[in-house]
Amino acid sequence: MRVALQVTCVNDAMFPDTGKAVVRLLRRLGVDVEFPAAQTCCAQPMVNTGYFDEAVPVVRNFVDAFAGYDAVVTPSGSCAGSVRHQHALVAERSGDAALKTAVAETAPKTYELTEFIVDVLGVTDVGAYFPHRVTYHPTCHSLRMLGVGDRPQRLLEAVRGIQLVDLPQAEECCGFGGTFALKNADTSVAMGADKARHVRDTGAEVLVAGDNSCLMHIGGMLSRQRAGVRVMHLAEILASTEGTEAEPGGPAVGERAESAKKGGRG
Amino acid sequence: MSGTFVGMPAFPTAARAALGDTQLRSNLAHATHTIRDKRAAVVAEVEEWEELRLAGAGVKEAALRDLATHLETLEASLTRAGATVHWARDAAEACAIVAQVAHSHGVDEVVKVKSMATGEIGLNEALEAEGIAAWETDLAELIVQLGEDLPSHILVPAIHRNRAEVREIFLRRMGDVGRPAPADLTDEPAVLAGAAREHLREKFLRAKVAVSGANFAVADTGTLVVVESEGNGRMCLTLPEVLVSVVGIEKVVATWGDLDPMLRLLPRSSTGERMNPYTSTWSGVTPGDGPQEVHVVLLDNGRTRALADDVGRQALRCIRCSACLNVCPVYERVGGHAYGSVYPGPIGAILNPLLNGVSDEQTASLPYASSLCGACFEVCPVRIDIPSVLVDQRAQVVDSHRGDRIPKAEAVAMKAAAWTFSDARRLGLAERASGLAGRVMGRFSRTTLPGGRTAAGRLPGPAAGWTGARDLPAPPKESFREWWARTDGGTHDDQDESGTTKGGGS
Repeated sequence: MRVALQVTCVNDAMFPDTGKAVVRLLRRLGVDVEFPAAQTCCAQPMVNTGYFDEAVPVVRNFVDAFAGYDAVVTPSGSCAGSVRHQHALVAERSGDAALKTAVAETAPKTYELTEFIVDVLGVTDVGAYFPHRVTYHPTCHSLRMLGVGDRPQRLLEAVRGIQLVDLPQAEECCGFGGTFALKNADTSVAMGADKARHVRDTGAEVLVAGDNSCLMHIGGMLSRQRAGVRVMHLAEILASTEGTEAEPGGPAVGERAESAKKGGRG
Repeated sequence: MSGTFVGMPAFPTAARAALGDTQLRSNLAHATHTIRDKRAAVVAEVEEWEELRLAGAGVKEAALRDLATHLETLEASLTRAGATVHWARDAAEACAIVAQVAHSHGVDEVVKVKSMATGEIGLNEALEAEGIAAWETDLAELIVQLGEDLPSHILVPAIHRNRAEVREIFLRRMGDVGRPAPADLTDEPAVLAGAAREHLREKFLRAKVAVSGANFAVADTGTLVVVESEGNGRMCLTLPEVLVSVVGIEKVVATWGDLDPMLRLLPRSSTGERMNPYTSTWSGVTPGDGPQEVHVVLLDNGRTRALADDVGRQALRCIRCSACLNVCPVYERVGGHAYGSVYPGPIGAILNPLLNGVSDEQTASLPYASSLCGACFEVCPVRIDIPSVLVDQRAQVVDSHRGDRIPKAEAVAMKAAAWTFSDARRLGLAERASGLAGRVMGRFSRTTLPGGRTAAGRLPGPAAGWTGARDLPAPPKESFREWWARTDGGTHDDQDESGTTKGGGS
């Protein structure tokens, strides 16, 4: 089985460690994952803002980059949702029959990470070790657009040493919403403030989710509030093993960067 | 005697003002969560809920697919049963018909059953201009009317008011328009409802003409249906001599049997009740029983425009239950007024553009008033895929500006992003630039995120909308694709170049 990693543009440019964690995790599970260098973005930012014409060349680039693979795995419920639910709309708009055919091939073989691990690999215990207090936020697109159900929780529950605590009103949107976070910044922040409050109420050291874009928003609020809670992508916890586990600690929030560089884990 | 939505600012501006009202935030959070939980509990009791949703969507979809035929059948059935059928293309025509009926009976007042259609066409204001007072008799509509306020919810138009505010409005205003509230009025809900009952009773007994809407219009039997909780509707529908009902053309269902799924879906989705207390049905005139003159105004007012929209037409399935409002995280925080229409919340964000087009700035802002979280679609009893319609409406907004001589900054940015994302080499160059920027930002940053990454600091321009309240990590020194190329996919020399820990951590 030829498996391609769709790292996503956000992870590529902003959160490379999530991509590296997916690579380590999948290799540990026996998957020789490839990274097609021609990949860029799933086109969701354009589609969700209403720029369908602009999305056409991006979707074309996507189907070209991932042609010939048996599975495309992505550490983002939102991007997987875009590929599976929106690429056909964009192809329709293009009027390009070849693009429609190509989308019909790539869309159904694109999996969100937890779907791929649980459904395709048939694994729930990935052999991870992460001895910390963690709460999980189900992101809207993984929950309602893809319907990943309890796959992420089942994977997390099998992690050794983890103390998983329930997040109050977990299924409520965090307020990120792509360009919504900028176009309606005040409302977005009001939603994020409530999400951050619920996270703090759990007393968790780490907030985990399957989408770094949502985590960037919630984490940005938690950091501004100096809440001392770290956000981590699910892949990074699942990739952690005894002796090499990712540290949730790090310097205190708001500590000066200089001292962090000296005394922290720079 | 009530406010107006005319001249409302675009959603983000109206929302900012609403978010600053802490009393409103608290009233809304309490009320929406209460109804949301009630709905969830009674829906969970119905094992075949998903089948019921499919059936409900199917009934409405079938009616809409052959709308003209069903409407003609409805007209014929109603006429046969003694009703007079009027057709109104728009709000002005509909209001003129109602005013004409009232004038023909020489009245200067009508009593009203709660109705979204009459709110949509601004009937009360139109009648007032004709010297006719329209008395709202639904409790929440009464609160809005007495408070010279605007509705903020489809089911509970006064949801933004708490009981202390209601008491104050009753004490201050009831005496101006009829029986005053008792001086010892408390803010107990039962006491407030009692005062409203006393106030309204004289209006019910005096009125010669009533105005209603309808939840459903059954084509084969010529029957209108009103579903309600308070009994005020039953009063209006049975006591006056004349009844005028303003009915949107999308309210038609083909057969009496089609009411079955609808009447099971509506109360559970709307008030969170297993069954609503009052369901009134009437087919034209029944001699010696109820109104002896019955008019039905079939209203278009943008509905055929919506019907012509391939993606958006599903919004005409809406049965005005409000379930989408009650679960919407945006509505919960900003309330209904920010949407600038009697139709607020997720359904309003698609319905207003569908009925009116997106040529004005306020309506064009509505499809963007959503994080696309999908909670609305999940609860909709007739399965309207609101997020998909929102995205399609956004595309219509964008397309309507494609001919602009000076493109918006957003359009320029999207074109640039599309150019970058169309070719991985261009993206690679952009990431190298952002990595350099990240090094600079890291040097000046004073904030470290939990986990060790430095924050980007406060950014200028559109990004200030982000960093005003949220820290943003500075871009890493090395992108994923650079790392993959340098280490051959992590197979050799994984020395840390990204400025973060080898073991992971973002």
